[in-house]
Amino acid sequence: MPFLIGPFASRALLTVRPALRSASLGLLLGTALILLPTLAMAERVFVSNEKDNTVSVIDGETLEVIETIKVGRRPRAMAFSSDGSELFVAVGDDEAIDMIDLESLKVVRSLSSGEDPEVIRVDPNRPYVYVSNEDDNIVSVLDYQERRLVTEIPVGVEPEGVGISPDGKWLIATTETSNMAHIIDLETMEAVHHRLMGARPRHAEFTADGSEAWVSAEVGATVSIIDMQETFDVSHTIRFDVPGVPRETVQAVGVALTSDGRYGFVALGPSNRVAVIDQQSYEVLDYLLVGQRVWHLALNADESRLYTTNGVSGDVTVIDVDDLEAIRSIPVGRFPWGVVVEP
Amino acid sequence: MQRCDDWTTGPGARPRAAGWLLLGLAVVGLWLPGTVGAQDGDQPAETITLGYLGLEPDDELEPLSVLDPVLDDEGRQGARLAISDNNATGQFLGQGFELVEATVPRDGEVLEGLDDLIEQGADWIVSDLPREALDEVLGASVLGDRVVFNVAAPDNALRGEACHPNLFHTTPSRRMLADALAQFLAYKQWDRWALVYGNTDEDRLLAEAFRESARRFGHDIVGEKMWPHDPMARRAEGGFHAIQREIPVFVQDLDEHDVLVIADENDYFGEYFPYQGWLPRPVAGTQGLIATAWHRAHESWGGVQLQRRFEEQAGRWMTPTDFAAWLAVRSLGEAAARTGSMAQGEILDYMLSEEFELAGYLGLPVSYRTWNHQLRQPILVTGPRMVASVSPQEGYLHPRSPLDSLGADEGESTCRF
Repeated sequence: MPFLIGPFASRALLTVRPALRSASLGLLLGTALILLPTLAMAERVFVSNEKDNTVSVIDGETLEVIETIKVGRRPRAMAFSSDGSELFVAVGDDEAIDMIDLESLKVVRSLSSGEDPEVIRVDPNRPYVYVSNEDDNIVSVLDYQERRLVTEIPVGVEPEGVGISPDGKWLIATTETSNMAHIIDLETMEAVHHRLMGARPRHAEFTADGSEAWVSAEVGATVSIIDMQETFDVSHTIRFDVPGVPRETVQAVGVALTSDGRYGFVALGPSNRVAVIDQQSYEVLDYLLVGQRVWHLALNADESRLYTTNGVSGDVTVIDVDDLEAIRSIPVGRFPWGVVVEP
Repeated sequence: MQRCDDWTTGPGARPRAAGWLLLGLAVVGLWLPGTVGAQDGDQPAETITLGYLGLEPDDELEPLSVLDPVLDDEGRQGARLAISDNNATGQFLGQGFELVEATVPRDGEVLEGLDDLIEQGADWIVSDLPREALDEVLGASVLGDRVVFNVAAPDNALRGEACHPNLFHTTPSRRMLADALAQFLAYKQWDRWALVYGNTDEDRLLAEAFRESARRFGHDIVGEKMWPHDPMARRAEGGFHAIQREIPVFVQDLDEHDVLVIADENDYFGEYFPYQGWLPRPVAGTQGLIATAWHRAHESWGGVQLQRRFEEQAGRWMTPTDFAAWLAVRSLGEAAARTGSMAQGEILDYMLSEEFELAGYLGLPVSYRTWNHQLRQPILVTGPRMVASVSPQEGYLHPRSPLDSLGADEGESTCRF
């Protein structure tokens, strides 16, 4: 089991599972120098399987499923608690958020979330989780320590995506039928700006510096860039034209942005492609072929790999970010929806 | 939202002075300024008024199966939901939408209903009318340059030689439905059809649409028969013993086929055919496996959201007519939001442009065909309790959009605006 020394070593040791620990320690010094330039940590990748009511756990190193966790019905979005000890999973048909202990990999408690929770985000500063409740036209704010509803923020019809700025100042909720991004001031818990996006907006993701938010639109097949510094308006719209693929199958869903400002990745649904975008010029650089109906994306900690969930083919594609190449596909459960990598 | 109940009462209550016209009127979705979160949407309110023009339900057309409810608010509930959806977005943009409704009795005058809607300020008309009544509306001078959305009449002619520049269709044509079914049957390689159609005008038109679709997608209609339905005998002779003996004999002389296709739009007899054939063959068409714009079993692509919203409002399932009415009103809302305008010209230009894409919970965005103003839309192919497929089927290619493989394409359309 190779591990890095340097900044990643301590984290790797903390997260490695007990059975591996003694063996790994012995190999650590011997292999570290050789592997230094490449990635190699036992980080874990979590994939929610919407139809199976499970979360698959993939070892980020062997790229194999090492555990399958039973959760509530219809698991979709996931997020880590801000102290990194728990994984929250929105289980839509149970109207709850299941909380998985990252040591035991078991659901240890469940928090009632209001109707049909789909997307969740965790506040970086407060013990709050933000939940889009599709049926109620609200974003619920829950305190996961005190287990209480803090407030409900009214938005448009069918709230879907939720994005939070790195400093925890702004929340963006997208509404699929109103076709809007509602920009919410988390100080006052009120939506203060409402902007039209492409048809059926889905995911909202902030850049690492918080200056922009990228909002994908499933039916419109666009990504709108919102200026989060001055105007709160759409400053640019990215369109996708995948050669040889019917326009209708191109549906923009998941978004992942590298923290160095280099790449943006956008999952393009049933076109089975992930678009690679220059985060500065917004130019589409490439379309990478992945599994069928690619839905959500996650970068690993050092951003050397991108994981995609492919709903119809029931697998996860692993993309090497430096080479922009798919290097592996990993079978998981039925209809994998969300993916997150342990921080 | 404020709503009054329709006040359609018995014939004895009809005032003669109203000229046999009884209008059920309701105003829904009055836009209320200053609702949630309009912090930067404080532009002065502008309102579009839509008029919903429908007929009283026809007692002759109650569904054959006692499992199907008899509805008296079909269509208009879809329009009401779309008004509230439009207003949920409009509140952030300073746009309001309002619905006024008129229900014309079966023996009433459609144009009096139209007059009434216009008096109440209707700028746009949603027509839940059969073709003849719709033709009357289109020919009325009082209509002016108002646009009419057809949410009920499936006639191919209205998309062809009888098309009208101010007429838009959100309900699919018979040809689109027939093509959707024909594509699925081709995918199954069930290409030998036996066709049984009813003795109404509607069924003759649908049978013709099935013939055209069969030709287009390479099916062979091996035999056809007309079922001599007698409306007076409905339900009275419904004993299954008689049906069990009668249907096999009726279809016995049809040549060897893969599927029995039924054209019975009024739901008079088709429901009797499944499991009763001479040969063990599936039943498709208007009963059995059907092609339809909307169905309760459809929950994909966020469809469950719309089903739930609708049921919460209407207390019943959404029908294809409700869906067509929802699409019509949402088209306006979408175009008004995108253009930031409530002006008819700008809204129409946008609705007919390539930019217009409405999310219709069917996987692909829906939009209008410029050559006949028909909404291009995916069509569900479904059994009574489970969706079997969605057409267009994979592999039917089209230079513009696979959706244009359903219904009259630009080159073959006889519509000339």
